[in-house]
Amino acid sequence: MNDLQNFPRHHEDVAATLAARLAEEAHVGAGPATRTAVGEPTVDARPHPRVPALTLDDVGVSFGHHVAVRKTTLALAATRVTALVGPSGCGKTSILRAINRLHDHTGGVVTGSIRLGELDVYGPNTSPELVRSRVGMVFQRPNPFPTMSIFDNVVSGLRFNGVRSKTLLAEAGEAALRQSALWDIVKDRLREPAVRLSGGQQQRLCIARALAVEPEVLLMDEPCSALDPIATGKIEALITELSAHVTVVLVTHNMFQAARVSDETAVFLLGEERVGELVEFGATAEVFSSPRDERTRAYVTGHIG
Amino acid sequence: MGRVAVLLCVVALSVSLVPLVAVVTYIVSRGIPALSGGFLVHTPTPPGIPGNGIGNSIVGTLIIVGLAMAMAVPVGLAAALFVVERSGKVSATLRFVADVFTGAPSIAIGVFAYAVFVVAFGYSGLAGSFALAVLMLPIMLRANEEAMFTVPDDLWEAGLALGSPRARVVRSVVLRTALPGIVTGNLLAMARAIGETAPLIFTIFGSQFFVLRPTAPMAAMPLTIFTNATQAYPDAQRTAWGSALVLLVLVVVISVAARAVAAHLNRRTR
Repeated sequence: MNDLQNFPRHHEDVAATLAARLAEEAHVGAGPATRTAVGEPTVDARPHPRVPALTLDDVGVSFGHHVAVRKTTLALAATRVTALVGPSGCGKTSILRAINRLHDHTGGVVTGSIRLGELDVYGPNTSPELVRSRVGMVFQRPNPFPTMSIFDNVVSGLRFNGVRSKTLLAEAGEAALRQSALWDIVKDRLREPAVRLSGGQQQRLCIARALAVEPEVLLMDEPCSALDPIATGKIEALITELSAHVTVVLVTHNMFQAARVSDETAVFLLGEERVGELVEFGATAEVFSSPRDERTRAYVTGHIG
Repeated sequence: MGRVAVLLCVVALSVSLVPLVAVVTYIVSRGIPALSGGFLVHTPTPPGIPGNGIGNSIVGTLIIVGLAMAMAVPVGLAAALFVVERSGKVSATLRFVADVFTGAPSIAIGVFAYAVFVVAFGYSGLAGSFALAVLMLPIMLRANEEAMFTVPDDLWEAGLALGSPRARVVRSVVLRTALPGIVTGNLLAMARAIGETAPLIFTIFGSQFFVLRPTAPMAAMPLTIFTNATQAYPDAQRTAWGSALVLLVLVVVISVAARAVAAHLNRRTR
């Protein structure tokens, strides 16, 4: 297990928790703590090398005349948790949804370039379905398919993409449920409607559903905002475990959550003309302890936003 | 104040229930005497000859309405999907036309079916089906659209985010989630069409015999009620009352079935 497993999460003085976590980060992160400009690779606290899985180059998102976010250049590291933080309306969710081309569905326009490994996400010959099968997503509110059983929900992505083999579906379903720490709870009730699960369990089911298609990247849009602290703790532990295999991009309003689970943090704030902008990107410990940007300092210490 | 308001509500409720109860009791009391002796299975006899029946009308109604459903249901689903998927001028126009047609007098639809169908191909059960399909289509379109709009955008996105082809998301998530509403709406449209007389007067002509071929003139219950009720013979009038009762029961059965199906589909989801 990860060192975070033993970490006190709830009913503690959150400020003390944050400070302890930061001290720990500083201790674990033995490498040289170099500060870098936005968009460039940052210092790495982990033993294995930092490999960019997802690169955003000058990405902007607009809806009609309204520009939600612009000039975002970021290299998200493989098998790390990157938190996107910032106040409401600063474009972090817009950036997240640009990565799996969900704006195609809602009519947002994405500019700039996003690369997933060798794949040009907005390339002329790239199908959104291909991108989305490699980039999973978990939403703010748990959204299991209400007409489906627990099992059918987990394997829905595989079924929708044409997998018919019962053994294959059963294996993939079990593996995904184990990964999301739900197997022991639901293994005897796989045929029950998914909506009978509690909110936190539903969210873990949604994570299992996303994992069943074996994505390289998992986008999480405030996955705990509709959950109680205990369910939140379980999801956070899960995120840490998942990041061993999957690149996690986590949008969160909660600074402490970002500090608890993320390796790197990107801070978005409203810039000129109230357009969202990336103001700081780096190792989480540093963004929180010694932010380079004055606005970041104000934000992470709770003075603005 | 509160008590007065409640009293007014009760009075209003009673007033609105009076015609309903009166119609039902009158049809039942006048209709039951006609129901004896194979009324449901025989073909009509001339006035004064015993053994009269509406078997051919019942069969005719089932065939005509069945074919009308076969025409209207797929078109209604496709049109609703289009309106839900595309929010452009075409959709807005389609929606407006549907609204206008929902309020169109059914006799106008009958005349329309006469002009485009009967003039070219002659009287037939199929022409009646066409007229009823035109009548049901706008009701179905709006009901389907309503049902599909209530599917949360969350579920669309959850489906798409799994890398599923859009058509598959529509089929397995959106249509499946909206199914109870779609089934109810379509069955209620059918219950409305099954009792319509005006569209049939101009199209199916009527028949004294069992006709199973939809390209030939056919009998149907509403038309049988209309032609028998306007005759002077007591026998014919009794036939009209009997048919009215059978039709009423059929409509009630369909309406109850619509709710039962919706409840069943909903129960599986929560």
